[in-house]
Amino acid sequence: MTVSGDDSWLDGDAGRLVRPYAVTNGRTAASLKLDLLSMVVATGTGSNTTLEPDHLHALALCLRPASVAEVAARLRLPAAVTKVLLSDLADCGALRAGPPRSASDTSDRVLLERLLDGLQRRL
Amino acid sequence: MAYNDVSDQPLPTTVKLLVGGGFGVGKTTFIGSVSEIEPLTTEELITEASVGIDDLDGLPSKTTTTVAFDFGRISLSSGLILYLFGTPGQDRFWFMWDELSAGALGAVVLADTRRLEACFSAVDFFESRGIKFIVAVNEFDGAFRYEPEEVRAALELKPHVPVILCDARQARSATAVLVALIRHMLAAVAAPSTR
Repeated sequence: MTVSGDDSWLDGDAGRLVRPYAVTNGRTAASLKLDLLSMVVATGTGSNTTLEPDHLHALALCLRPASVAEVAARLRLPAAVTKVLLSDLADCGALRAGPPRSASDTSDRVLLERLLDGLQRRL
Repeated sequence: MAYNDVSDQPLPTTVKLLVGGGFGVGKTTFIGSVSEIEPLTTEELITEASVGIDDLDGLPSKTTTTVAFDFGRISLSSGLILYLFGTPGQDRFWFMWDELSAGALGAVVLADTRRLEACFSAVDFFESRGIKFIVAVNEFDGAFRYEPEEVRAALELKPHVPVILCDARQARSATAVLVALIRHMLAAVAAPSTR
């Protein structure tokens, strides 16, 4: 199966031919605590030999650090299913995940100033 | 493979901002203007208790709903990535907002002066959750131009909530909205008594 940016929207009504949770053998709970903004990255190691195509596809999307939300969107799978796939990859050592928390301390002045500086550079 | 070079580096810090407002107010346009990637869509499967409908036997029944929401990304530096998530515009996806707003640093409420009432629910939500926000009036072509203070009065905003005008189609204008939001948040850190 190919999932590329080009065909993402062409077959929206039909959706995937495989129902989402079939990808995870019906599992809905990820072993790893992940949220939409958790960052994941392929480690380049781990036993990839037994991985299913969806796992391999997910792994290929993580060669650079990527968020769970991005991997889910590019796989065109619900976030919950994507989290199970990514957990599997982490379990076998193929993937490393950041903490399940995005920076959300609204009183973190250093963070806010980094954000302001970065955004102003784009003006 | 050539990815060993990133495997042992610290992963970037991610920051989530929300873009709220009524259906069709330009949230996806706004996100697309500032995002370095084409806005992506993620689906989340949500189990919600159905209220009223299907409640034949008095037991709460549950349905699974798929909610799609758009998001974009801005890499501000190698270690800091900003994600902008559009909140679902329809009120029936209201239950999704809690999920989306968890861990959000702040929010922009996009307003359309032709239908100001469409953003009431977003303003109410962010106020009730204590999520800092600013209101950005998206100036649609042909829409009657209101002064920011008129919008403030109509939305019954607290005095410290900034109201600015923007053109969601313009990267520079949309970025200026984000700058205004972060400045607003920095001001709150300096003066913690005014929220």
